[in-house]
Amino acid sequence: MKIIVAVKQVPSRDSAIRLDAAGKWLEERDLTFEINEPDAYALEEALLLKQKHGGEVIVLCAGPERAGQTIRETLAKGADRAIHILCDDLVRLDTLALARRLAAAAAAENADLILTGLQSDDLGLGLTGVVMAEILGMPHAAIVMQVEILDSSVRVKRELEDGWFQWVQMPMPALLTIQSGISPLRYATLMGIKKAKTKEVRRIAPEQLSPPEPPTIALQRVYLPPRKKKTQIITGAPAEAAAKLADVLKFEMRVL
Amino acid sequence: MNGVLAILEYRGGWNRMSWEALAAGQALAAQLNQPLMAAVAGANLDEAMADLAAKPLARAFAVRHPLLGEYTADGFTAAFEQLIRALDPALALFPHTYQVRDFAPCLAMRFGQTLIADAIAIGVDSGQPVFVRQLLQGKLNADYRHAGAGPCFVSIQAGAFRADALAGEPSGARCAVEEFAPRIEASQIRSQPGERFRESAQTVDLSAASLIVAVGRGIKEQANLPVVEELARALGAELAASRPICDNGWLPMERQVGSSGQTVSPKVYIAVGISGAIQHLVGMKGSKAIIAINKDESAPIFEVADYGIVGDLFEVAPALTAAVRKVKGG
Repeated sequence: MKIIVAVKQVPSRDSAIRLDAAGKWLEERDLTFEINEPDAYALEEALLLKQKHGGEVIVLCAGPERAGQTIRETLAKGADRAIHILCDDLVRLDTLALARRLAAAAAAENADLILTGLQSDDLGLGLTGVVMAEILGMPHAAIVMQVEILDSSVRVKRELEDGWFQWVQMPMPALLTIQSGISPLRYATLMGIKKAKTKEVRRIAPEQLSPPEPPTIALQRVYLPPRKKKTQIITGAPAEAAAKLADVLKFEMRVL
Repeated sequence: MNGVLAILEYRGGWNRMSWEALAAGQALAAQLNQPLMAAVAGANLDEAMADLAAKPLARAFAVRHPLLGEYTADGFTAAFEQLIRALDPALALFPHTYQVRDFAPCLAMRFGQTLIADAIAIGVDSGQPVFVRQLLQGKLNADYRHAGAGPCFVSIQAGAFRADALAGEPSGARCAVEEFAPRIEASQIRSQPGERFRESAQTVDLSAASLIVAVGRGIKEQANLPVVEELARALGAELAASRPICDNGWLPMERQVGSSGQTVSPKVYIAVGISGAIQHLVGMKGSKAIIAINKDESAPIFEVADYGIVGDLFEVAPALTAAVRKVKGG
């Protein structure tokens, strides 16, 4: 069984956020980067499926030079090889153009399954996986909590709203977008980190994959959200602030 | 290209986010001076269409076919593609539901467009709509414009527009309901959906709690949970959690608050080490009062909090436990 996992490198959750001078994106020098969390769960699911059914796990990532670090980490966790679409225009690209690149690179592999996280932690559109499926002519399921392989088809548990679920079955090849938290993430072992150094990372230029097209949506500016509610920040040393808050709970909110 | 088409969600009953999307559509249609239309897909739509007939719409469409009785991405994409080609609207608007997240990206792709997903506000600048989206889990806002040549596809975040803002037809006139019969073959539908189900019955009803202490990623590891458990005990509060805590198995799923867990509205909600991702906020922003304890002063939880303490939860929470005990004892 051949599984492609599409991953993205995103600013880490505890990065300090400063806007760039043009107000179009973040000042990247201030940021640290990590694998997009839902993609880490997609990788974990792919590695579990490989353990059960055998085969190969290929990581597919579009991003600049620095994304190489995230790719190495996926190889250290157990992915067999990787394809790195080397590009530094992700912020300016719309989802369609990115999905076309990823789909073109994936098509050449003829995989049985393509997994990716349900959305990215930075842009949060939740489109790339589903659009890739449409480009590749594959059936798909979004927001998947569990995956079972049955001969030539796959059965998945989709998460719905308010604690509801649904099993859906579809023929392979198929594309699944994976929800965070579906199984505990593994850590890379020392042996895994050592092995990762010798694993293949094939680099592709985006021009080899899809011709440039005019964007269909444009990000005009980014800014800090205006405060809607006036939050009273209680200051002071922990004990002092806690005492003030306890008073608020007793006298203003009347819950003590 | 003319008109705003709201694509709503009905399955024997309405997904209430449909009315929020329709309210967004109404506001936008008025600003652009374009007609507002709505459509819903399914096999049994009589009650749905009776509801839509009373809404302030220029046109309402029943996209009806036996193969649309149960949702599939293939069926719904094919049906709405045909409707949009027939109507040629300037905008197609959706509620950002789990179902929409499954098919609307494909539908937009069929028109060579990118869905502007999960918009929280819509403005109009020089006659062109500007859509506000959240980036980095709500830490940043971003303005997006549609730049493509085809219709603009947008989905609206839960709670971003008020369903009760939907103005009724003052004259009491009813809009005509039109039938739209898409051509769909069974062979086009590649996935087989099963029954919808819920996991084991929930034994903790957080929605009845008047005081809730909720814990998030900031707690770092399971061994640290007593810090918040003691605070909850001192307050007489129910303990709740954001998704990552339940995903890790540190607390049972039934204590999860958010879009995939429970929706709560206690008198006081104390969020400890919760950054406030939108998936969590939708489950608790109806609380009467919200208190946030977080070390990151730019965390989105402070956007909804009435009171906040910026600090290390491992210092603040035990101090608050002690202060609460003192006030209660005194």
